[in-house]
Amino acid sequence: MVPELGHFALILALLLALVQGVFPLIGAARGITGWMAIARPVTQGQFVFVAIAFGCLAYSFLNNDFSVSYVAENSNSALPWYYRFTAVWGGHEGSLLLWVMILNIWMVAVTVFSRRLPEPIIARVLGVMGWISIGFLLFMLLTSDPFDRLSPIPANGRDLNPLLQDPGMTTHPPMLYMGYVGFSVAYAFSIAALLSGRLDASWARWTRPWTTIAWTFLTIGIMLGSGWAYYVLGWGGWWFWDSVENASFMPWLVGTALMHSLAVTEKRGAFKSWTVLLAIFAFSLSLIGTFLVRSGVLTSVHAFATDPKRGLFILVFLSIVIGVSLALFAWRAPKVGMGGSFKLVSREAMLLSNNVLLVVAASTVLLGTLYPLLLDALNLGKISVGPPYFNSVFVPLMAPAIFLMGVAPLARWKEAKLPELAVRLKWALGVSVAVALILPFVVGEWTPLISLGFLLAAWVVATTIVNLRHRLRQFDGSLISRIMRQPRSYYGMLFAHFGIAVFIVGVTMVKSFETEKDVKMNVGEVATIGGYAFRYDGVTEVQGPNYQALRGTITVSKGDEVVAVMHPEKRAYTARNDSPTTEAAIKGGITHDLYVAMGEPIDPSNIMGAWAIRIHIKPFVRWIWMGCIIMAIGGLLAVFDRRYRLPLRVLDAEGAPEATVTRVAVPAMGAAPTSSLKSRNT
Amino acid sequence: MMNRWLIAAVLFTAFGIASGKEAAPLADDPELEARTMQVASELRCPVCQDETIAVSQAGVSVDLKNQIREQLRQGATEAQIKQYMVQRYGDFILYNPPVKTTTWLLWFGPFLLMLAGLIVLYYTLNKRNKTMALPVGRSDSIVQPASSESRP
Repeated sequence: MVPELGHFALILALLLALVQGVFPLIGAARGITGWMAIARPVTQGQFVFVAIAFGCLAYSFLNNDFSVSYVAENSNSALPWYYRFTAVWGGHEGSLLLWVMILNIWMVAVTVFSRRLPEPIIARVLGVMGWISIGFLLFMLLTSDPFDRLSPIPANGRDLNPLLQDPGMTTHPPMLYMGYVGFSVAYAFSIAALLSGRLDASWARWTRPWTTIAWTFLTIGIMLGSGWAYYVLGWGGWWFWDSVENASFMPWLVGTALMHSLAVTEKRGAFKSWTVLLAIFAFSLSLIGTFLVRSGVLTSVHAFATDPKRGLFILVFLSIVIGVSLALFAWRAPKVGMGGSFKLVSREAMLLSNNVLLVVAASTVLLGTLYPLLLDALNLGKISVGPPYFNSVFVPLMAPAIFLMGVAPLARWKEAKLPELAVRLKWALGVSVAVALILPFVVGEWTPLISLGFLLAAWVVATTIVNLRHRLRQFDGSLISRIMRQPRSYYGMLFAHFGIAVFIVGVTMVKSFETEKDVKMNVGEVATIGGYAFRYDGVTEVQGPNYQALRGTITVSKGDEVVAVMHPEKRAYTARNDSPTTEAAIKGGITHDLYVAMGEPIDPSNIMGAWAIRIHIKPFVRWIWMGCIIMAIGGLLAVFDRRYRLPLRVLDAEGAPEATVTRVAVPAMGAAPTSSLKSRNT
Repeated sequence: MMNRWLIAAVLFTAFGIASGKEAAPLADDPELEARTMQVASELRCPVCQDETIAVSQAGVSVDLKNQIREQLRQGATEAQIKQYMVQRYGDFILYNPPVKTTTWLLWFGPFLLMLAGLIVLYYTLNKRNKTMALPVGRSDSIVQPASSESRP
């Protein structure tokens, strides 16, 4: 009964999505107020029905309804309830439902937080999002129904993939999808602007916070995935350049470009068509990413053929979304104005150059991901594209981007003077070169790559400091008041850039100085590595809810002090015949992680005897994720900037319509300090 | 006998400090093993889903790791081993795809794209500056002044 309700709710949601996709758009084009006005209630109605469907699927999982094929595939009665809940998105069908659920959350957010926008804009935005929803709901109902029943009903389910039975499963996919799907808002705003022909600075201001918050979610989502892979896969890697990761990284790169491009469009009215194009790309890449991962085409071109219905739907849907968007762009964009003028050496030009680099980086990831498929499809042979390729093409693309990242925020809008820039950056350059030359010796070894890593990190930090100092100098008052008076979005930028530096330090250190040791350990034996002594104290059998584990005990001491007792595990999940999973034990720290993973017993018949154990010391690995968190904090600061809330307050105070609101707008992130001071005083 | 171990274990735990006999490395020759893993980490397991031979526990991978170790022991270079692997499994096994006619686009594409992007950018900006230096045409006509925004 409940699964049928869910199925029915999905159908109703689809019908509402159709209404949402058709009437508000026509209403906006024809100026029919009533048709535009239904956008909000219909959207909220659709949300309710998708939420009901989601709830029904969750209910089926929590109540072990194995008559539902998807539940039987991805759950088991012995699975703890919280993993039964997260198993909702543990497979293809449920992931799609999560996608639609999150799309609906974003749509409702648009209806709630965009009260001040003109009605035709909001009608168009919701209309466009309605069509995205139609696509996904149709895909689910036609090819991937999570509520399909099974007959005969199996006694128990096949259980959730053991790798997914992890706390990471509760946060990583939802966060990642919040990011992916969040770009649909920026996309919908862009399409709405193209449809209306009104592409101006206020369009950029409306789009910016949505883009930034989606980017923030995506950053956190990717970080969580990386951290999860680090401890669950058992060999301590944090990024593998595998196609699933690449699928999330491409929208991140383009989304980053989009954020910066939007800043310029809002501030200077320039790059409008480019910004729109980026918004289209960011969301298209999110779609491509979702579908590449979900269709199974990445593991083999032939997976496409095993389920031609799904593959065909995906191809058609992608072609429609991307084709229609680009056609609309080609039709409308040439009519878009140019905005303010600027010189070749200016903040605008530098931001544009960085945009180019970020987009090229994203294209590289796309190229590397799709190239093997293309060659195979053309019968030109099978190749693999892996980490060595990405590392060797990515560093030369990113290094200049990071260099520019330091320069651009210091350059003036419109026209920057090179000598003036040079004076400002002299100090930063000196410090970073010195750091690059000397620091590698201090931490261990000088190699060109380590040096480059430190150079870039030091450059970002030094230019950030120069930027802050220069900015504060332009204000009067005590230091504290000057610091307090800067807008949050300015600190957002500093945080995000500083996060990159922290990230680079982490990557450089862990790539260059990680050490590992594979040892054969009898009970009581010690492995010494990096000044730590790891003593193996044997294994015990542990009975988990749906697995049996062998849990090792490893006592770690440094000098005369015990620093950790670690418990790596090997788990065999009862309902699955997969090989046992490895639960690494990690003792984290700011400067290094101790990482211990159990291999196999040396003599398989004697598990109480010696074991193969792998011990890693991973210097600064946490900095990689700390850097991402700092970037995300930067994103949050920017979103909560006062200027996005300012119009609301003005509205409350004066009860004025939008017309007043837009005039009060404060300049964008990184605006010339004097002007932002002035506008704050208005 | 058992008791003595137990006491020893308790004592260890009581004092806590991890001291004891140094464990033997898993491999007889750790240096050779490190080189083996280095080579193995750039080769793709032929039967798994996107895993290196170094990481994969599949039978083929274990077998191939043994082969790499053996060939290294006999003095083969990394390049020779990779060539041997390519002969057996094709380019598919290399995570670092070889530069050849079919992969030119893959290897040089990104840099060509960067170059093209920056050149196009340069010319666009130049042209834009020239156009903007001219008296204002109709190019800005579609841009609405911010103040004209209100409900229709």
